[in-house]
Amino acid sequence: MGAVMAALSLEARRRLSRPNREKVDSDLELSIVRHQPEGLDQLQVQTKFTKKELQSLYRGFKNECPSGLVDEETFKTIYSQFFPQGDATTYAHFLFNAFDMDRNGSIRFEDFVIGLSVLLRGSVTEKLNWAFNLYDINKDGYITKEEMLAIMKSIYDMMGRYTYPSVRDEAPSEHVDKFFQKMDRNRDGVVTIEEFIETCQKDENIMNSMQLFENVL
Amino acid sequence: MAAGVATWMPFARAAAVGWLPLAQKTMPKPPVDKKSRSDEILFVNVSGLRFQTWKNTLDRYPDTLLGSSEKEFFYNEETQEYFFDRDPEMFRHILNFFRTGKLHYPRHECIQAFEEELAFYGIIPEIIGDCCMEEYRDRKKENQERLAEDTEAENAGDAPLPPDATLRERLWRAFENPHTSTMALVFYYVTGFFIAVSVIANVVETVPCRPIKGSIKDLPCGEKFSVAFSCLDTACVLIFSFEYLMRLYAAPSRCDFARSVMSVIDVVAILPFYIGLVMPENEEVSGAFVTLRVFRVFRIFKFSRHSQGLRILGCTLQACASELGFLLFSLTMAVIIFATVMFYAEKGTKGTTFSSIPASFWYTIVTMTTLGYGDMVPDSIAGKIFGSICSLSGVLVIALPVPVIVSNFARIYHQNQRADKMRAQQKVRQARIRMAKKGATNAFLQHKEDGGLQDGDGDSTPFCVKNRSAFEHQHHHLLHCLEKTTNHEFTDEVTYSEVCVTDSVGFRTSRSTSLSSQQGATTTCCSRRAKRRAFRLANSTVSVSRGSVQELDTLHVTKTPAGTQYPQSRSSLNARTEDLKLNCDDYTAAIISIPTPPANTPDESLPNSPAIPGILRNSRSSTFNTQDTVKISSL
Repeated sequence: MGAVMAALSLEARRRLSRPNREKVDSDLELSIVRHQPEGLDQLQVQTKFTKKELQSLYRGFKNECPSGLVDEETFKTIYSQFFPQGDATTYAHFLFNAFDMDRNGSIRFEDFVIGLSVLLRGSVTEKLNWAFNLYDINKDGYITKEEMLAIMKSIYDMMGRYTYPSVRDEAPSEHVDKFFQKMDRNRDGVVTIEEFIETCQKDENIMNSMQLFENVL
Repeated sequence: MAAGVATWMPFARAAAVGWLPLAQKTMPKPPVDKKSRSDEILFVNVSGLRFQTWKNTLDRYPDTLLGSSEKEFFYNEETQEYFFDRDPEMFRHILNFFRTGKLHYPRHECIQAFEEELAFYGIIPEIIGDCCMEEYRDRKKENQERLAEDTEAENAGDAPLPPDATLRERLWRAFENPHTSTMALVFYYVTGFFIAVSVIANVVETVPCRPIKGSIKDLPCGEKFSVAFSCLDTACVLIFSFEYLMRLYAAPSRCDFARSVMSVIDVVAILPFYIGLVMPENEEVSGAFVTLRVFRVFRIFKFSRHSQGLRILGCTLQACASELGFLLFSLTMAVIIFATVMFYAEKGTKGTTFSSIPASFWYTIVTMTTLGYGDMVPDSIAGKIFGSICSLSGVLVIALPVPVIVSNFARIYHQNQRADKMRAQQKVRQARIRMAKKGATNAFLQHKEDGGLQDGDGDSTPFCVKNRSAFEHQHHHLLHCLEKTTNHEFTDEVTYSEVCVTDSVGFRTSRSTSLSSQQGATTTCCSRRAKRRAFRLANSTVSVSRGSVQELDTLHVTKTPAGTQYPQSRSSLNARTEDLKLNCDDYTAAIISIPTPPANTPDESLPNSPAIPGILRNSRSSTFNTQDTVKISSL
């Protein structure tokens, strides 16, 4: 009787340890994947950051992601920590796609730093280009109402439940309608890059606010 | 917020450029960062051991000593370094925490010393990473237990009672610690003696005594000297009952005492006697009566009050109950299997003792435990074969697994404890994460209330706001940008649920319905003002009773200096509002704060919500004029 019991338990233990070993092997494989960025000088050429700034940025980046790559899940976790009240994962997804320029599912240091350079040190046109790229989810050169609605919903999601006044369900679509009214000049239902940049350049508020984040780094 | 997040702050702020074309309102100005931007290497000298690190590394955790401006107190101008007169070996771990974000517990260090260092550097021990957390907790518990034992041994019963202790307290102490007074000791020994006497009497009364004259059969002493024994029994029961009632009277918490194991044992010990008194002496219930007498043997368990060892044994058995249960279960399985087999094997034999499967249980148990009484013996060949298999496997079942099971008990027991600890730790961690999130939110909301978001004069309100780090400034600015983009504001759950309440309940005043939209706005506006107070009041967790105007006024006034955490902000708010309005706010603030629990229990809903609108109605009608001005100034 006892022998039967012992045999049963041994079998169960063996079965348990086998998948563990497989898991360990796969973990080993993943952790070997690493990425080293291009040299400092090259990055200096590509971005508008000074050497010291690049060094500081890389130290922070490497500390957070020792493998040199940020995958989407990590990105979402990090970004969600800035917005504890709401759900930032959808917007983080769009942001991730905007930063991940070669669409390989992970952000390298170069993507990170080039994106930051545009946002912090770029000209107004470059920044507007970046924003357009963010809104254009399928990167076809047109912002449709559906794309804008998705973006808007994700932004409102970040506010969370406890807002004043509370977010009604129609708020994002109303906001989208306002946006399209302003931006869509020829009323064809999509916003092209030219319409976008033209309208933004005429709007004083937007132009002034573009200077806001100059001194972030 | 997690440390690494500080590294990503510039990124998050840069990403906010994506909101700019969508914003409905103008964006707020970013906080001015007066510090120099470039990173530099800091020197930290800890008792001669020099450490170097980037300033950014230390800035990751702004609420610790090294991450805040507190370290400036330790700056040595001559040597251009920060000097700490602390343990340099421990500092290595502290600095590693800043570098990697994970705090490790060095196993060779004393836990007290480690905790003191953590306390000095402003790091809470709960951040210790999973790898070292269990070790840390075990050592800490060990330490605490050791300290507790020491203090208990010191204090146990030797500290004199306060002179004004009531009779009850004195009695209870006498019962729990018999060494304290002579009377208690005497009582302790007397009860012990009587327990022993009662048990011995129970035993002796069944011994056969010489028969009374004229009879041949031996009589049990209990029947021969029945009067003596019953007197003895009555005396013992009386003493036990008296003792139990005294304990019940003296117990500080009667419910807890009544539920404790010892009191249950006491009750079971004396109950049979009383039941026997009540029950009539007839044939039908005599069987039950005999059963009751058996329960008298439970008096022996009363010794566990007198013996520490018995109590420990009881605890051990209680702890191993599940493992013992499993052992019993596997034995039962074996017994049933073999009993069935033996029964069917012996079925053919004439005059077999294996009359049924339950009858075979006895044979199986006797054989498996290698007792072998021999009252039931198999006759058929199949029966003998299976019988021998049964006895062989009995050795295996009982003898071999016992050491394995014993060691498994220890392992499973610890594992269960670990699983429970893990679950508890998980809960604690989740709670901590929730609290950190709440903290971040609350910090931002508080910052808003302090008027720190006014564009333009950043200089006029510095005295109102708490000292916040640059990181917090930037984070609040980021959240403020999001608010402006969506044209909605962040609030906390308390005020959100209140808004729901006030919006859903229709307010009725004497004004005409054409002003209803205005009323709606002023309602929410006024209640928002009140909510700000309520938020602050809720933070100070004051419970207000409904009273007259004067009472509320005085309550409001006295609350200002004492309970609130942000007195300056209150004054800044007052500077902007008129005095007349204070009445309205007093009412609404005081009343709203009645059902509102403190801000860290968001899951409770407001219980008294129907009552609020009624009272609000009254107050609003009297101060409607001032609410107009409120509306204009706040919007």
